[in-house]
Amino acid sequence: MTTGPTNPGATPPGPIQRSPAFVPESAVAVVRPPTLGPTDYEAVIGLEVHVQVRTKSKMFTRVAAGYGEPENTLTDPVILALPGVLPVMNRAALDLTIKAGLLLGCEIAAVCKWDRKNYFYPDSPKNYQISQYDQPICLGGAVEIELPGPARNVMGEHQRIPLTRIHLEEDVGKLNHGATDSLIDFNRAGTPLMEIVSEPALRSADEAFAYLTALKTVMIYGGISDCDMEKGQLRCDANISIRPVGTTTLGTKVELKNLNSTSYVRDGIAHEIKRQIGVVLSGGKIVQETRDYDGQTGISQSLRSKEMAHDYRYFPDPDLMPVKVDATWKARIQAECPELPFDKQRRFFIEYAIPYTLTSVLVPDHELSDYFEATARLCGKAQAAGNWIANDLLRELAAAKSSLAEAKVRPAALAALIKLVDAGTLSTPAVREVFAEMMKTGAAPEAIVASKGLGAAASSGDELEGWCRAAIAADPKAAAEFKGGKDSAINAFKGPVMKAAKGRANPKLVDETLRRLLAAS
Amino acid sequence: MTGDLFYRSISELSDGLARGQFSAAELTQAVIDRTTRVDGQVRAFNSFAPDDALDQARAADQRRHAREVRGPLDGIPVGIKDVIAVAGQPLTASSKMLANFVSPYDSTVTARLKQAGAVLWGRLNLDEFAMGSSTENSGTVKHGEAWQTRNPWDLSRVPGGSSGGSAAAVAAGEAIVSLGSDTGGSIRQPAAFCGLVGLKPTYGQVSRYGLIAYASSLDQIGPFAHSVEDAAITLGAIAGHDPLDSTSFSTAVPDYRSELKQRRGPWKLGIPKEYFGEGLDPEVGAAVAAAIDHYRKLGCEIREISLPHTKYAIGVYYIIATAESSSNLARYDGIRYGHRSADASDALDIYYKSRAEGFGPEVKRRIILGTYVLSSGYYDAYYLRAQKVRTLLRNDFLAAYQSVDAILTPTAPTAAFARGATASPLEMYLNDIYTIGVTLAGLPALSLPCGFTRSNLPIGLQIIGQPFQEANLLAIAQAYERDHDWSQRRPALS
Repeated sequence: MTTGPTNPGATPPGPIQRSPAFVPESAVAVVRPPTLGPTDYEAVIGLEVHVQVRTKSKMFTRVAAGYGEPENTLTDPVILALPGVLPVMNRAALDLTIKAGLLLGCEIAAVCKWDRKNYFYPDSPKNYQISQYDQPICLGGAVEIELPGPARNVMGEHQRIPLTRIHLEEDVGKLNHGATDSLIDFNRAGTPLMEIVSEPALRSADEAFAYLTALKTVMIYGGISDCDMEKGQLRCDANISIRPVGTTTLGTKVELKNLNSTSYVRDGIAHEIKRQIGVVLSGGKIVQETRDYDGQTGISQSLRSKEMAHDYRYFPDPDLMPVKVDATWKARIQAECPELPFDKQRRFFIEYAIPYTLTSVLVPDHELSDYFEATARLCGKAQAAGNWIANDLLRELAAAKSSLAEAKVRPAALAALIKLVDAGTLSTPAVREVFAEMMKTGAAPEAIVASKGLGAAASSGDELEGWCRAAIAADPKAAAEFKGGKDSAINAFKGPVMKAAKGRANPKLVDETLRRLLAAS
Repeated sequence: MTGDLFYRSISELSDGLARGQFSAAELTQAVIDRTTRVDGQVRAFNSFAPDDALDQARAADQRRHAREVRGPLDGIPVGIKDVIAVAGQPLTASSKMLANFVSPYDSTVTARLKQAGAVLWGRLNLDEFAMGSSTENSGTVKHGEAWQTRNPWDLSRVPGGSSGGSAAAVAAGEAIVSLGSDTGGSIRQPAAFCGLVGLKPTYGQVSRYGLIAYASSLDQIGPFAHSVEDAAITLGAIAGHDPLDSTSFSTAVPDYRSELKQRRGPWKLGIPKEYFGEGLDPEVGAAVAAAIDHYRKLGCEIREISLPHTKYAIGVYYIIATAESSSNLARYDGIRYGHRSADASDALDIYYKSRAEGFGPEVKRRIILGTYVLSSGYYDAYYLRAQKVRTLLRNDFLAAYQSVDAILTPTAPTAAFARGATASPLEMYLNDIYTIGVTLAGLPALSLPCGFTRSNLPIGLQIIGQPFQEANLLAIAQAYERDHDWSQRRPALS
């Protein structure tokens, strides 16, 4: 075929080999004296990210999609590719893929067409995968990323990494290798799977890491996928080449597979860049191949060379009709698109004037940022709301191994607490006690204050005045100092007053009363 | 009086059932007895289960007793080509690859036949995976020998293919009607060879869900019957949109049987000059010419038309059909079901050996051909170009339908040929020359008996209709059938 990109679609594990050919990392050809040093090379990286689309049922049949179920229970005649079965497209999966495309600024194709990608592998029940070859549903677009800043509390540089395409396909099953045999679990087979292909626009392992982080956040924001890498909901392959800094031609690329966590992505790519520079510097040549990265050992090994590459024999799937995606359809999905994370961050800076460190906690989790906005709007104290959430709420939830969704404290209660604190009617220990009770019961702070008698109301004016008089009388030295102009000397009376009030006195009122009595004495 | 029940029409039988002249169980028993008596010679069945059939028949009798009759097919034994899934029955495609496979699910057509009360009777033989024109490619082994279907009119001849078993069973009285599938002519050519009405519906008119795929963009299920009316009744039971088949059409399905009474012509009928050239047997040509004359006498306007791209049809077919089949048959790998080589040592070995052992030579030939035409560097030259020519072929027909209602041609160049007579696969492929273009164009067509050769072999007339105009097609066929008795003749089997 001459149309279409050269290597679209999920690359399957490759032709099955009786004994996998191991190509040592120092694949050396001709030894020549190096003319450039390690820092004279830059990396060119493109990522192929597979994202499972969060739908109730599978891509081409009604059976449920899911994770962690007993082996081969999420199957039906279609999933098992029994003789005579036919695929029927899941429109919800297409909806979510269009949504991903709209969120990332892609052009949505007017016609969605399905192709068969033919290869034999035991985890692929039909021995072909239904995918999209030359007419992917989304073209172009970009992912906005944030590079690491100069310090943790300083925002890093933002970049837009252009995308080549996004297409939709079906996931394969899973092989579980035993000592003498292999078992297949088809539960994952047929799960809707997006492939998001970036342009070779990333230059370092850190950029790749930032790209993946940003992409994950957008997918979770859009409700497109949960992106749990442990459950295989997001998987990443990288195409990596190196070239002398200042040149523009692309070097020979190596495909690195099985980067199954964000840290493996960073480490695997860093390792591969180092490996390639090492090969070139020692006079060797990079061979076009697919390598498997083992995150446990930090070592990669060759899976197959270019000569063993598949001929997938793509052709349009005659069992599925092309689907027209018209303006009405796109508009409906557009209406469901949330604000993008970095747009929200920029808005938070302007609308709430909160610092970067707070936004970087609040924004990546859209439930948390919604919670923040609700609280901030109700109490009118954005900074305080942000601090309460980022520090106290998250700490307590983490300690209780709970989640925001399960939190008993809702924004209205938290906003009320912030108002109470601001009014100065609660002592610090009382605030802590109220918040702890709110975490336990979810009750309104006013109710807790009333029922526990924590408020200033617990002490009458006369009672308070009596404690203050006693405190001043007990420490004439401090009284003299205060009168002599040392304002901080007033603090010496506050401890005894609070002790007498068992911590329930209104600190503001104590201060006022002490000043009045000291002035009069 | 149940002696010849197995040769009666559906309307006669449902009438007899309604009058209580015989029960569905008696009718089914008559078909079972007939099958037991003659199938050793005809070899139409890969397998059958008399007890199961009788259970279905008794259920039909109970419905009748309870006055819950589901229509004209209730209690009628219908034979099913062994590529159409019936829950709990073998589904072998006449291949060693699936020799032991039992389907856990129902195809849409058989689910609908059950809904109509039909007795699903037996698994009918075919060319392995529907690849062939004589049923000689059947990979079925029964009673320790190769089990190739024979023509009931002359057991030394082929019944046609690939639905040879479906045609022979009805012709021999082993089923009242049957279902076959047509990819390049696999219903019409065996219908012609066995003296039956065989209808290939418009692509998309009948669900393919549960039909083992040969060439997905061509495959259609259709009926075999002794009469146009029986074909109409059977088609009516299986046609219509199916949410499980994305290529099935959502046009309304008319009551074909009552439409027959209303559509009386006269019609404008086209005669494509390209279908009457070299290779057409003179006896077949004469019978078809006589049929055309009859239509003229009925007041139909006969026009010569041209379908100029006809000569490319076979080439185009063998690119598209083999390409699709190479992908469709990839699932038969010995991993999840079907034949697995006993001495395979690893996954690759399972693929190589199971497929080498499980598939017959014609299936392998087409998989190799299809793999080749789809491979990198050849796709544009073969598959893509074939699809373009396919559009031209369809346009030929659509242009002709500007001036005619239907098209008349021979179904096959010759009557049934002798078993073992066709030497090369290419020669065999040419047998489908009149049927393949129609399938590529996705059009409905039927074959109708229009005479016999001097050696008493049936001859078929092909009538090609407009998309989704099966009702017209059936009415045109019945206009001829009404005035002839070819369909009344039965082979002399003992």
